[in-house]
Amino acid sequence: MNALVRAEVAAGDTLMEVRNVSLSFGGVKAITDISFDIRRGEIRAIIGPNGAGKTSMLNVINGFYTPQQGTIIFDGKARRAMRPHHAVRQGIARTFQNVALFKGMSTLDNIMTGRAVKMRRNLFWQMLWQGPALAEEIEHRRVVEEIIDFLEIQHIRRTPVGKLPYGLQKRVELGRALAMEPSLLLLDEPMAGMNLEEKEDMSRFILDVNRQRGTTIALIEHDMGVVMDLSDRVVVLDYGKKIADGVPDAVKTDPAVINAYLGVPH
Amino acid sequence: MAAEATAGDGGLDTFPKYLLLNARRFGDLPAMRHKDLGIWQSWTWAQQLEEIRRFALGLTSLGLREGDRVAIIGSNRPRLYWAVTAAQSLGAVPVPVYADAVPDEMAYVLDHAGVRLAVVQDQEQVDKILGQRHRIPRLELVIYDEPRGLADYKESMIRDFAEVQASGEAALAADPTLAGRWEEGIRAGSAEAISVMLYTSGTTGRSKGVMIPAAGAVQAARDTVAFDRLTERDSVLAYLPLAWVGDHYLNYAQGMVAGFCVNCPESSDTVANDLREIAPAFYFAPPRVFEQLLTRVTIRMEDAGRFKRWLYRRYIDVARRHGEAILEGRPVRLMARLDYALGHFLIYAPLLNVLGLSNIRVAYTAGEAIGQDLFSFFRSLGINLKQLYGQTEAFLYVTCQQDGAVRADAVGPAAPGVQLRLSETGEVQFRSPGQFAGYFEQPEASAAAMTEDGYVKTGDAGFFDSGGQLRIVDRAKDVGRLNDGSLFAPKYIENMLKFFPNIKESVAFGDQRDFVTAFLNIDLTAVGNWAERNAIAYASYQELAGHPKVYEMLAAHVRETNRRLASEPMMAGAQIRRFLVLHKELDPDDGELTRTQKVRRAFVAERYAPLVEALYNDSTEQFIETEVTYEDGRRGRIAATVRIADVEAVPAQAVAA
Repeated sequence: MNALVRAEVAAGDTLMEVRNVSLSFGGVKAITDISFDIRRGEIRAIIGPNGAGKTSMLNVINGFYTPQQGTIIFDGKARRAMRPHHAVRQGIARTFQNVALFKGMSTLDNIMTGRAVKMRRNLFWQMLWQGPALAEEIEHRRVVEEIIDFLEIQHIRRTPVGKLPYGLQKRVELGRALAMEPSLLLLDEPMAGMNLEEKEDMSRFILDVNRQRGTTIALIEHDMGVVMDLSDRVVVLDYGKKIADGVPDAVKTDPAVINAYLGVPH
Repeated sequence: MAAEATAGDGGLDTFPKYLLLNARRFGDLPAMRHKDLGIWQSWTWAQQLEEIRRFALGLTSLGLREGDRVAIIGSNRPRLYWAVTAAQSLGAVPVPVYADAVPDEMAYVLDHAGVRLAVVQDQEQVDKILGQRHRIPRLELVIYDEPRGLADYKESMIRDFAEVQASGEAALAADPTLAGRWEEGIRAGSAEAISVMLYTSGTTGRSKGVMIPAAGAVQAARDTVAFDRLTERDSVLAYLPLAWVGDHYLNYAQGMVAGFCVNCPESSDTVANDLREIAPAFYFAPPRVFEQLLTRVTIRMEDAGRFKRWLYRRYIDVARRHGEAILEGRPVRLMARLDYALGHFLIYAPLLNVLGLSNIRVAYTAGEAIGQDLFSFFRSLGINLKQLYGQTEAFLYVTCQQDGAVRADAVGPAAPGVQLRLSETGEVQFRSPGQFAGYFEQPEASAAAMTEDGYVKTGDAGFFDSGGQLRIVDRAKDVGRLNDGSLFAPKYIENMLKFFPNIKESVAFGDQRDFVTAFLNIDLTAVGNWAERNAIAYASYQELAGHPKVYEMLAAHVRETNRRLASEPMMAGAQIRRFLVLHKELDPDDGELTRTQKVRRAFVAERYAPLVEALYNDSTEQFIETEVTYEDGRRGRIAATVRIADVEAVPAQAVAA
């Protein structure tokens, strides 16, 4: 299956294309004329030094920011800008750099919120909590339980997430994003602030999500070792501009990338 | 009841025969539950028979033959238990292997047992085996329960459990007489056959394969099921290592004979919660688990409000005074009884409910000595907690305590059907129904473990006390003498130290020395909590272990231990004069503990030779660097300078007066 997926990635079936996108906040240019694509089934990394525009790029992709110029083509449909609710309906889910969970709610309930977008019964049925609404709830619960099993977080099912250590909270957040059964999963620094063991666990889950569930993933990450190991292709940003794009080995040796990270002698 | 149902049925001498019987007599009762996807999935005895049959027929079509060995590796999961019965039903011998064994240990056992087939839990075990396959030439096939992560594997020697069952199903569809022939095969099963081969935990050297004959195993299980009146309406939580005789006996063997329901937890992290949901009738836990339960309760109570703390203390005190007497049916004043009843309503019942111990009828502990306070605590809450003493070679039971004759410092009289005696040197020897048939392919070792008249040597030194109960002092070969001639029983001293909640592990030295010294390991939960309360900052285990305040506290514990030793004429000479707190936890991955968490004293002494040296010269600290193994098998080194503390001895007469 692995080889199959890899072949598909190489064949270049494009899931999303970002074409000549520019974004500025007043006089500050966050992103300047950036184009790249994300192929179906790949792990695509967006890297760059601090302030390179990575998170802005992610926010453009999922429609939180509206770029002044450029187009985004997702799943064959071109759009000037995504809106967050479009993004969600079309199957884009994300996690955040700072964990954004409902702290007082249990792991189970947090992941269940990821299913809200899939609920078909209206508020009336939901409140009545009978018949079709109940059947639907059970169906969603099954999906959520599979995710809990997948992420190996059975032991914290009923624990309020506010009481969990950071690494586990990140895992719950990934679970909530997976509950939306996205076709494109955006991960904003999934390993920030983690210790080595937590990073290893998270890397395994990201790979498993990609390989077993076939989910396309775009991720931002600072840990270069992790990025180079995980991703199929890497796009490098610096000061809002794209400076490199390609497979990890090519990017690693690109002089422009080395300069961006290590600085240029003046 | 189970024992009655079997009375007229003389031919019940293997576990698969019980499977057929149970499917008939308890067809609709649950035999197995497993929490999966958040729900307790369950199988009745009839369904379980079906599952086992499909798997067994699948194994037949894979060419498994009578006498072959089948390794079973993983945590407690229905399919692994089924694999045990399926193998037995074909006359093959199941060999459960510790799932947390490192690849080297596992390869040794698999090769030594000459397994043709391994049924394993998941990718982790598959990887371990594939990585060592050159050392296991006779292994042909690995069957896995959990397919996750294995979809990409191109190996021809691995197979999905479901696939094997499906091939069994297909074979049955092609030839419907197969089912009947399989059952015929079970009925023809020999009582002499080896029911299971259990590898010892390897306290001394490489582990040995203990062969348990079928008829003896069934008889032993029948005896204890009758002794503790277990029935098909009971349930147990199977959370102990599958490869350990305790799990195989208490859950598998007793479950087959009594027909009770075996419940498999969702994962090893959810055991506490699963225990609470199942609320078993029969429960076994080593003393350290009870200790953890008590520590957890104590810590939580310290966080409770003032009124609750007062209420808790008041009624735990009532329980301490009258609980055990009420449990044992001794006369107790009416007012005390009423007070206890109120305490039950307010504190004990809710507490037991939280711990998952509400329905306990019989609970056992064994493996290590248990502290009087700890033992009494649980008994005073109304739990019928008893002690047993057992061995893999006996198929568990050697002694066990009768209801009403229970004490913390002894392990009870001989279990039903067991003959027990002491040799001239004080070694405990027994003959039991479940007694092993020898170590696999180690005739010299087997011969060495037996006396000429057919008793098994336990290697434990003990004596019978005035009540006729056996008391275990130590391993016979570990009992030594100080240079002044006084008796030195290291385990006895270590256990005394470990009764303090702050001390997790200890290792005592003193044989052929001038005085006794000890290594201590702090209990991170207890000491960490204490540090938090006393505003002691620390960044690591190592720093906390070396903290002067921790040393002060532990010195007080050691003094108290000396006081207790001084009160026993036999032991008064072996008081601890110097000790140190180790900078790392003793760990089975480093070979310092066995897989059943027992200290390997000789190994520890060798590994930390400079520290032992320093305990016996005048140094106040000593530098040490050791290699450690991480959970994933990688190695690293840690270094530390360990401080050594002196403690004064208590004169023997001071306490006696």
